[in-house]
Amino acid sequence: MTASSTPPCVRRAALATGLGLALLGLGCTTAPAPADLEAPFQAMLRSSFRDEGIAKVDRLQQEPGQLACSSGQPLDAATAARLQAEALASVKPPSDGRYLGDWREGEKLAQSGRGMTWSDRSSAASANGGSCYNCHQLTKAEISFGTIGPSLYQYGKLRGVTDPASAQARPMVEYTWSRLYNAWSHNACSNMPRFGHKGLLDEQQLRHLMALLLDPASAVNQ
Amino acid sequence: MKRFVQAALGALVAGGVALVATAQTKSTADGIAEYRRMLEDGNPAELFEAKGEALWKQPRGPKQATLEACDLGKGPGVVQGAWVELPRWFADTGRVQDLESRLLTCMQTLQGFDAAALAKTPFGQGEMHTLEALAAWISGESRGLKFALPQAHPQERRMYELGRRAFYFRGGPMDFACATCHGEPGKRIRLQDLPDLRGNPGNGVGFAAWPAYRVSSGEMWSLQHRLNDCYRQQRFPYPGYASEVTIALGVFMGVNARGSESIAPALKR
Repeated sequence: MTASSTPPCVRRAALATGLGLALLGLGCTTAPAPADLEAPFQAMLRSSFRDEGIAKVDRLQQEPGQLACSSGQPLDAATAARLQAEALASVKPPSDGRYLGDWREGEKLAQSGRGMTWSDRSSAASANGGSCYNCHQLTKAEISFGTIGPSLYQYGKLRGVTDPASAQARPMVEYTWSRLYNAWSHNACSNMPRFGHKGLLDEQQLRHLMALLLDPASAVNQ
Repeated sequence: MKRFVQAALGALVAGGVALVATAQTKSTADGIAEYRRMLEDGNPAELFEAKGEALWKQPRGPKQATLEACDLGKGPGVVQGAWVELPRWFADTGRVQDLESRLLTCMQTLQGFDAAALAKTPFGQGEMHTLEALAAWISGESRGLKFALPQAHPQERRMYELGRRAFYFRGGPMDFACATCHGEPGKRIRLQDLPDLRGNPGNGVGFAAWPAYRVSSGEMWSLQHRLNDCYRQQRFPYPGYASEVTIALGVFMGVNARGSESIAPALKR
């Protein structure tokens, strides 16, 4: 976390302490203790939000993992390890053992940022896209890509996947599935939605995204 | 006239996109900045500013009164410089209020409107047009001034901390928080640059660029409208207009933007 993320009041207090000045004059002494604000914060959420379409207020009931990822501070190593272990345990392999679908379908899903807002009609996985290009580079052809996540251009090629069905490629295939299914399995509190775990995408959609990343014929791997 | 303006803007947008596409060596931000310069003298927000000024001075509502006695924090009727000090504490309501919640107060007390009913009006309908025009004009009266939100009152500092918590609060089906998109420097969604709102992202960026005219939708968006659509895309439930969480976020972003110059009402893609 950089210095720019520190609240001005805290920054000024730190500076004042360094200079040996009284904090009183800076108006920072009566800032409420964080713990005292938990109840008012919850009350604020309750009074501020309402249901709209498929987006109900129960979306604000945090899971323990979401709560742990909401401090604005890096996780301690033990909590990170625990969250990752829990996430990894949540990953369900494909029911028929097939990990790869059609990369062209995967590309369509990667382009679509639709789903789960209050203006969407259905919260079924079939109504959702993968939003991949919002945050990742994937192919050379698509120049409109975001940068919140790393570039995934040549994802499979760079990892030496020449035959995704081979025993040699198996660990990389399973690893990639687990990251798509639940991104926290290898990166606790990752910004990436937990697509399988939260039911945002179904098995078949995940297979298509797997193919987009790992099929040597995919536009990603050219 | 409106159709002509939109067609002309459409052509300019296409030009702007072509600029971006043909000059990949130049950054996307450079291309967008160039496009903004091209439109500098023709920001349709000016039309909303003129409308807002007229509405401020026009007798309206059940009491047929103007808003000229409205206190936006710097005394009754003082508009210039008010925007860059909001949200702030108001003793008469006993609340920290942003511009739009304060306008609701004034429209109720001075003009006799029902503030709760106004707050329930969907964007783009009825009195929301009044509020967006007023927000455009009032923010424009602080153009070029630097943000200096007061933090002297304990309730202002409390709202900063509540806003900070809201900023980092992860929830919903995609685990998003404000910080997911606005918690690191130099990031984009697709080609859209994202301001890092943990600190001060700079003059005319982030908090300092709203309200704004949005070319893509042909609409004037107030800060409340901007936050509302952020929460939609965050896959959260619906934040009430001028609700406490939106005001708390305004305090968090506004205090973080201290010293940056306001360009509102700005022009957005």
